[in-house]
Amino acid sequence: MYGRKVKLRFLFVFLILTILSLSIFLILKSLEENVVYFKSPTEIRNLTEIDKKRIRIGGMVKKESILMDEKKMNFVVTDFKNEINVIYSGAIPNLFAEGKGVVAEGYLKDRNLFLATKILAKHDENYMPPEVKKALEEK
Amino acid sequence: MASLIGFYSLIFGLCLSFIIYFFSIKNFRNSLIFDSKIIFFVFLQLLFVTISFFGLIVSFINSDFSNETVFNHSHTTKPLFYKISGTWGNHEGSLLLWLLVLTLFIFIFLVNSKEQKKKYRILTLLFQQIIIIGFFIFVIKTSNPFNYIFPIPKEGLGLNPILQDPALAIHPPILYLGYVGSSIIFSSTLAATSLNYISNNWAKHIKIWVLLSWIFLTLGILLGSIWAYYELGWGGFWFWDPVENVSLMPWLALTALLHCILILERKLLFTSWVIILSISTFTLSMCGTFLVRSGILNSVHTFANDPQRGLFILIFLFCLIFLSLFIFFFFHKNEDKEKYNFFWLSKEMSILVNNWFMMYFLTVILIGTIYPIFLEVINSEKISVGPPFYNKLIIPFLVPFLFGMAIGPKLKWVKSDFKNKLYLVIFLITSFLLSALIVKNFNISFLINTILVTSAFYLFFITLRDFLIKRFNNFSQNISHFGFSLLILSILLNNIFSTEIITNLKVGETFELKKTKIIFEGIDEKNIKNYNVVIGKFIIENFNGDTEILKPELRIYNQPNIVTSEADIKTSLFEDKFITMNLVQNQNYFNVRYQIKPFMIWIWISVLIISFGGVLSIFRKRI
Repeated sequence: MYGRKVKLRFLFVFLILTILSLSIFLILKSLEENVVYFKSPTEIRNLTEIDKKRIRIGGMVKKESILMDEKKMNFVVTDFKNEINVIYSGAIPNLFAEGKGVVAEGYLKDRNLFLATKILAKHDENYMPPEVKKALEEK
Repeated sequence: MASLIGFYSLIFGLCLSFIIYFFSIKNFRNSLIFDSKIIFFVFLQLLFVTISFFGLIVSFINSDFSNETVFNHSHTTKPLFYKISGTWGNHEGSLLLWLLVLTLFIFIFLVNSKEQKKKYRILTLLFQQIIIIGFFIFVIKTSNPFNYIFPIPKEGLGLNPILQDPALAIHPPILYLGYVGSSIIFSSTLAATSLNYISNNWAKHIKIWVLLSWIFLTLGILLGSIWAYYELGWGGFWFWDPVENVSLMPWLALTALLHCILILERKLLFTSWVIILSISTFTLSMCGTFLVRSGILNSVHTFANDPQRGLFILIFLFCLIFLSLFIFFFFHKNEDKEKYNFFWLSKEMSILVNNWFMMYFLTVILIGTIYPIFLEVINSEKISVGPPFYNKLIIPFLVPFLFGMAIGPKLKWVKSDFKNKLYLVIFLITSFLLSALIVKNFNISFLINTILVTSAFYLFFITLRDFLIKRFNNFSQNISHFGFSLLILSILLNNIFSTEIITNLKVGETFELKKTKIIFEGIDEKNIKNYNVVIGKFIIENFNGDTEILKPELRIYNQPNIVTSEADIKTSLFEDKFITMNLVQNQNYFNVRYQIKPFMIWIWISVLIISFGGVLSIFRKRI
């Protein structure tokens, strides 16, 4: 009924649409799997269940809470309302210090304990995780 | 004094924009030949912006703390080199640099486009002036580098120490040359579209600009990457961090454009596509500035920022996008339909396929970068998208992309076939066997790694063969493709073979694992102009018996009071040995990180080769 050229063009458009929707589906799917949520100690305290997903926590390193040995380091992250203990073994960035802001990535063991696999470096000494800033302003 | 001159030069520069508008429009309507007065005014504007920029540099050199920017970002004890580089190491100064490059490029454009039509030159100037005026207002209103403070402070706050580094001192200017170079492409495309001037001739003339900004953008990204490698202490060179992504996105669009221009040079194909790519390249560059400067991104590189500025750039950006879309839809006459047909196996098709891949990579990175922002606006949930997302979506598509890169340039225009192409198959088998042999010896997943390494080797061998038998159609293209294969190859091997040891050690202790010994011999302290330094001495005994002495440093800067670690890196052709140490406040333990990174230097060299291809391409056209 239709000419060969029209059929070809129809096929072409169909192909492009398929590829397009396929790739968008792929992107969204893997976005869902690989997104890392950011939580403050207060949000963790209010969690109803603890799952095994990777998350980031942020807050201030509590003063005089750092404890180090040759394998690992323990410290407490606080948003001045709630606290959480963190165990970490790995490279420590320069700006990591007591009383400064920190963002750590890892897994929750329970509501009180976070196993960090990475501490993220910030480039600015004045940087503070946004949640902590808010908490400080509300005070 | 210098600040005052700088500020008034800026105002004069802005006024000149309006004078240029007046004369350009008059000239556009009334005369047949280009009015040389306009070039004079453009030069004058460039001169004023240059004076303004030098005013800021002089304020920095003299540590004139009555200037707020200098006060916030400099210090008397800082070495001269970093006083100067501090000029563009901050928001205000870097925008002034944007402005300087904007005016410089339009001047060069006008001088070098004498053989083009008068109307086209003037219209390009007018579009460029819209951008220039926008940036003038932005600089003067929201981020004036010449703000005065009283009483005058005795001492400045100092420059963030991690920015006090040679690579990062020249990284912003080089990157900006690339970013801002795309503004010329943008203006000239809009001008050519409105005049219906898009032709092979235009493509030839704009190609130089595409190449120039592409080269500078490539080098700028390379410098940033090298800096991140040795200064941030992770030992990696690319983190898929939003700030890095925003520089990669315009690069991808620009690379796609570069390939499309090659077609347009020969025949009037894909004109709409070229216009869209030019617009998006510049828009993405502006987006990059917006995202980095607004503080909206939740990035590792986040510096303390002012949201007001972000709003201005955002509004300006939307105006530009609206303007360009308006011009595109109302002025562009799509005449290239049906004129040329090409076979599915042809060079045109391969470039089109290249563009699809580029757009796919671009989309992935764009979504990964802005999705967190959207989610935060919608339900105030904070998320970040990490490397697994990008690795998963980009790496599998690299395989067909690399094969396409190897075979594409071998095809003929319009229609091609596979006659006399037996060697393509032979090379495929060879590279597969070679990769299988390499991958088999290591404890990693066999299938995916073999396929990846095969595709990289394939491109490597095919381009290498062309050098040897000297039968390439396009020497510079072959060099760049060769560089790209080398890049992917070194990144893959680097990822597969990298090893690291992280441990906490006290002075004098020894760490031992699988025949590798790290002996922490001792520390040494020294005073240098604006920092104190703690130098650690580590003796490393590798499994094969040879020892190496590495001396990483901890620098404690006086102002601002920040500790940075300087990695000690022993580079050889085959591997980098990389060590950093860090001391946590009030603790006895040093945090030590020792890494062996194979083929690291080849990553840098290959990017240099890629951009060298671009340089050759410029000169070949000129001769």
